[in-house]
Amino acid sequence: MRSTEPMRSDHGAVHESGRPELATHVWLRFDSAREQHVLLAPEAVIVLNGTGADILGLCDGHRTVAEIVAELQGRYDRVIDGEVRQFLARLVTKRCVVISDG
Amino acid sequence: MDRPFGLLAELTYSCPLSCAYCSNPVNLADYRDELTTLEWQRVIAEAQELGVLQLHLSGGEPLQRRDVVELVRSAHQAGLYTNLVTSALGLSRRRAEQLKEAGLDHVQVSIQADEPVVSDRIAGTPSFERKIEAARLVKELGWPLTLNVVLHRQNIDRVAALLRWAEELAADRIELANTQYYGWAWRNRDALLPSRAQLERAEVVVRAARKRLRGRMDVIYVLPDYYSQYPKPCMGGWGKRQLTVAPNGDVLPCPAAHALPLPRASVRTNSLAWIWAESPLFQRFRGTDWMPDPCRSCDRRELDFGGCRCQAFQLTGDAARTDPVCHLSPDHGIVVGVVRAANDEGTPTEDALIHRPHQVRPSNGPARSQVDLTSHQTPSAARSPH
Repeated sequence: MRSTEPMRSDHGAVHESGRPELATHVWLRFDSAREQHVLLAPEAVIVLNGTGADILGLCDGHRTVAEIVAELQGRYDRVIDGEVRQFLARLVTKRCVVISDG
Repeated sequence: MDRPFGLLAELTYSCPLSCAYCSNPVNLADYRDELTTLEWQRVIAEAQELGVLQLHLSGGEPLQRRDVVELVRSAHQAGLYTNLVTSALGLSRRRAEQLKEAGLDHVQVSIQADEPVVSDRIAGTPSFERKIEAARLVKELGWPLTLNVVLHRQNIDRVAALLRWAEELAADRIELANTQYYGWAWRNRDALLPSRAQLERAEVVVRAARKRLRGRMDVIYVLPDYYSQYPKPCMGGWGKRQLTVAPNGDVLPCPAAHALPLPRASVRTNSLAWIWAESPLFQRFRGTDWMPDPCRSCDRRELDFGGCRCQAFQLTGDAARTDPVCHLSPDHGIVVGVVRAANDEGTPTEDALIHRPHQVRPSNGPARSQVDLTSHQTPSAARSPH
């Protein structure tokens, strides 16, 4: 795992040992009308691209951020853990994702 | 064409409250012929096919419909995220447990002020204590709780205490939304519009609360648009993100659009898909081609969509004009005049309000006095104007 220290300030509390999962009352669903995954929360709909859906599909409260990044690196040619962490940090701010300590 | 994300289902206009800021239509009796359970279930199924992801159950008071649990279940089974927007009157423990079991996802409870005397006066009925009790029940049963407060001249000075209630109740969100002037609220506008000094005080309190509650609670605050420089992006664009079905089956691009002189569209005569895509009503102000100047050549035309059509109609008599709230509108003087009056030294804080009647049905006896319609006032970006 490459160092992510310089980026840490951009990721809030998303550390590589944290275990992310969807907040209670937030649902990840496949929307058949739009053929895209969506996050549904109180008063919010977030339409996800394929990568976003894949990241959230791995956020089960057991896998760590580092494990999620490793798993995605096995699937795609190019996965930057900084981007994964930024994506998760944005959803933490929106209270759609919670991260428990490693 | 975009697909709608949200459907506001106004199940009934009956309400145990009689708030003077209600945005329900003034001609409540025209909506007595409510959709049946089967008709609503068809609307829900059609909405899901059309791409709707969230169903907001509102009114009036949606709990006045006996079939609300059944409708939640249908929506849940269709995969929709369900949101109950309620005064909380009628939310008994038994009913709440049934709704939970049926799959209801989120509850929004209105309160009218931070203490019983003022709250009950604004609501037109003793209700504050029951609302607080119901809000606790919502949390106890494990729902996310939003506290909805419609702000106006008579309660906006209580924002700090309202926020303390939200904290005490462990609300996940609080919507502090200044009144939108439609329906009954339009009639009461001059008594409801706060002064600039009131707004400035409230803003200081809200800013501090947002900082203090960051990460714990979302604090949504909506200014009265009469004080804004630019208009609100009403409904996120006409026929673009949201639609409303009224109790009688009328389908509207915006919950206030019943007042506009446009052809009707009803789920009783057409499918929701046809109404969304083809009906003259939904096409009338979709996109930017309909816009007059100054909107037509404005850089903000895709940001605010020319503002609110219903407000343009109410203030100018022409729904196709720029929302007079915009400082670039040739009609902006109308709004300036109303705001000036609200800030006159002599304007009382507690003008008399015309409350709306509780009931839509004459069979329920003579109209008493007035409705809560926090639901319509939710600033939820999703459903603005409301």
